[in-house]
Amino acid sequence: MRITCPHCGERDGREFTYRGHALALRRPAPDAGEAAWDDYLHNRENPAGDTSDLWYHGPCGAWIKVDRNTLTHTVSGSTLAAKVAR
Amino acid sequence: MGYSGFKVIKEGLFGQRGWKPVWRDPDPKPEYDVIIIGGGGHGLSTAFYLAKEHGITNVAVLEKGYLGGGNVGRNTTIVRANYMLPGNSEFYSHSLKLWEGMEQELNYNTMMSQRGVIMLCHSDGQRDLFARRGNAMINQGDDAELLDPAGVRRELPYLDFDNIRFPIYGGLLHRRGGTARHDAVAWGYARGADQRGVDLIQNCEVTGIDIKGGVVTGVQTTRGAIRANKVGIVVAGRSGQVAAMAGLRLPIESHVLQAFVSEGLKPCINHVVSFGMGHFYISQSDKGGLVFGGDLDFYASYAARGNLPMKEHVMEAAMTLMPMIGKARVLRSWGGIMDMTPDGSPIIDKTPTEGLFIDCGWCYGGFKAVPGSGYSFAHLMATGNLHEPAARYRLDRFRTGAGLMDEEGTGSQHNLH
Repeated sequence: MRITCPHCGERDGREFTYRGHALALRRPAPDAGEAAWDDYLHNRENPAGDTSDLWYHGPCGAWIKVDRNTLTHTVSGSTLAAKVAR
Repeated sequence: MGYSGFKVIKEGLFGQRGWKPVWRDPDPKPEYDVIIIGGGGHGLSTAFYLAKEHGITNVAVLEKGYLGGGNVGRNTTIVRANYMLPGNSEFYSHSLKLWEGMEQELNYNTMMSQRGVIMLCHSDGQRDLFARRGNAMINQGDDAELLDPAGVRRELPYLDFDNIRFPIYGGLLHRRGGTARHDAVAWGYARGADQRGVDLIQNCEVTGIDIKGGVVTGVQTTRGAIRANKVGIVVAGRSGQVAAMAGLRLPIESHVLQAFVSEGLKPCINHVVSFGMGHFYISQSDKGGLVFGGDLDFYASYAARGNLPMKEHVMEAAMTLMPMIGKARVLRSWGGIMDMTPDGSPIIDKTPTEGLFIDCGWCYGGFKAVPGSGYSFAHLMATGNLHEPAARYRLDRFRTGAGLMDEEGTGSQHNLH
């Protein structure tokens, strides 16, 4: 698997660490309630197909949102997580 | 059709022409008492125990492909009860007892081989942890022996004991653990369920779950609608998709776990050996292939195949532990789809929809749980009450935070277990 880092370009997947689904960027408000926090922390849509998840690029320290297919492992796009979260 | 030594000899003399299919291939009826979605190991054992223990025989098992075509036919066949935490320890203890009686219960050769499972330790701290785990196992009523380096050397003379990074300080031997023939387990339960009147319906994919007023009324399938007041979802690897048909989001993320088998070799590895520090474990099949594997690839996947970095990691761990393995050639590798939960432990529970039950989240421990999971899930579906050994496998434990069973203490993220 090869992943494109917005800073460094296309790199070997070994340089990246998976850090869970990209819904981590949509943190609920502190008072959003138990159900919202349960959904955020534990429950997953877990799609068989297109998904977006967070990866950490070790060599440059970037957090990246990667658009990926869970059935084929095809990587279709990547964005700096900082830009998505804003 | 019963099996016996006499029958095997007779068929051998007459060209093996007397064997017949061991289960029917029925069309679905319009209504059943219970529908089990998923004809894998857990679904088939659930159907078997519904019929045998609870007398509920008007049951359909709906399988989208063929029986036992999923993870029950793709795993590394290890059976053990060496868990430490309450919740897991009593469940796997119960499951192992069912394994020990399985061949007699099913009149089917599942090639259950209690060859012993040895977990290796490489530091004083890890040895202390294994002593504690062994005591927990003995307290549970199971068996455990703490081996010193000489004891490990007696059992596993081929290891690299003085490895500079992972010198072997000892091991925890669980003699009643071992391996079984994975396909035969599925087939044995299928045959046993069919003999008791359960309809095993293959090539029948569930496309919808019918719910009226919060109560389940049946399912829609590629072979028509089928009514039932009780429906059980037992579809490891596809739990999220099927649960979504009932509007349910699960605390599950699917990950790929790879396994490998070598060419057939003469007997050389007599146990199941687990090298936790290297994320590596190995046993030898009765055909002679070395069957081994490692850890998850660590990213969400349904591809049923992994990538090269984990393959390299597994091969490196193998060479670190037992350099002799370098002479063996890898024949093939494959990947299975694991239902990973945030605490690494499974779920057997009711859902918010009345009459709808779910058995999922087995992470990579599903095979050894096949009899226990079916037994406990059948108990829950038949009686409406949690079965004692599985009573802590609650769906809501993540929401409430009460009763989490994080066996490795790695934290609340799906891929860390």
